[in-house]
Amino acid sequence: MIPGSFAYHRPTSVNDAIRLLVDLGEEARPLAGGHSLIPMMKLRLATPEHLVDLAGIADLKGIRTEGGEIVIGAMTTQHEIVGSNVLAEKTPILREASLLIADPQVRYMGTLGGNVANGDPGNDMPAVMMCLGASYQLVGNSGERTIPAREFYQGVYLTALKPGEILANVRISVPAAGHGFAYEKLKRKIGDYATAAAAVVLVMSGGTVAACSIGLTNVADTPLWAEEAARIVTGSTLDAATVKRATAAAEAITSPASDGRGPAHYRTKMAGVMLARALASAKARAR
Amino acid sequence: MAKSHVSMTVNGKPAEALVEPRTLLIHFLREQLNLTGPHIGCDTSHCGACTVDLDGRSVKSCTMFAVQANGADIRTIEGMAAADGTLHVLQDAFREMHGLQCGFCTPGMIMRAHRLLEENRNPSEEEIRFGISGNLCRCTGYQNIVKAIQYAAAKMNGVPFKEAAE
Repeated sequence: MIPGSFAYHRPTSVNDAIRLLVDLGEEARPLAGGHSLIPMMKLRLATPEHLVDLAGIADLKGIRTEGGEIVIGAMTTQHEIVGSNVLAEKTPILREASLLIADPQVRYMGTLGGNVANGDPGNDMPAVMMCLGASYQLVGNSGERTIPAREFYQGVYLTALKPGEILANVRISVPAAGHGFAYEKLKRKIGDYATAAAAVVLVMSGGTVAACSIGLTNVADTPLWAEEAARIVTGSTLDAATVKRATAAAEAITSPASDGRGPAHYRTKMAGVMLARALASAKARAR
Repeated sequence: MAKSHVSMTVNGKPAEALVEPRTLLIHFLREQLNLTGPHIGCDTSHCGACTVDLDGRSVKSCTMFAVQANGADIRTIEGMAAADGTLHVLQDAFREMHGLQCGFCTPGMIMRAHRLLEENRNPSEEEIRFGISGNLCRCTGYQNIVKAIQYAAAKMNGVPFKEAAE
């Protein structure tokens, strides 16, 4: 399969990339790891006239801590996330989720920025970012703005990104030391998108849940932040009755498509099952 | 569309060419450099038959444009054996352990296994299986592929190869 023709641009600064995207207009697309866009181009489902490759922009790479925040450059790859000692210590859910994305070769190329900014509800990192309360720093012609992940997603491939804007980095407030975490993903095989998946971060205190946040993947047009379910488990010991109420609340906000991964009602149920497993695993890991 | 000039190192030798930006790396390697070891299998970034080593990463060359590889250092299966024809330890291991049947997936398997062993000199069976999970063998000969990688790891580490009981 051969993609349609396009002109290739490789800026070395964020400002140059923005200028190119603004000047070239609607027919230009930013290129990150390319593992969503290039398959779409090969199928001619995407036919951009210009690709603006962000790989040459050093400012978009790397993982650093800033005060109580972790800042991950948009062009940081899943492979780099898996190998990061800082992330393994501060936000281990990122490593767990990264390892469930695609396969080793794809993780060497696929980027965090591409995963969260593409707006594909099948991508795993958006729900994790909602769960963590991350925010996205967007850069455009008129400067920078920051938007919470929980407000970024609007529909299938629809996000708060405006034309000519790119995601520069993701900022995460480091969760409390000793927090419990889990990303549970049901998939048919390596490389598949989730039938359903759940991200949980919680803090235990004296056997009860002191704080909890929950994200759900691929069970609606956007990733979901399951606020009600998290509220139900907070203050509980995660006893069976409470978990049942929480999973019911999470299932209630899903509206998955029926597709090769199963009929909608099955995927909704699996969202509940993944959440119950993630809650149990997170509790067991909490200190 | 205007062509772009690319230059890269492929199997230790400089390669330069004019390419259309839409030229995929796999097509560039196979059709312009005549390196037909990397195979086009699924053409949808699932099967891994097109895997090459690029700047210390295993990449699926069907899902990358040649222009993205400008300046890169690339190794394909053709660059594994020594100049005198002596097989690379992984190639020898695949032969010794019958790590191939039809052989279509083998160039991708070996290039992926090469990077895996560079990153983890002594992987467990589970780590090998997870490490090659982006490569499909439609003969389903995984048992012997895993064994071949274990054999190669043992040789590289200078320890005797112990075959697991089946």
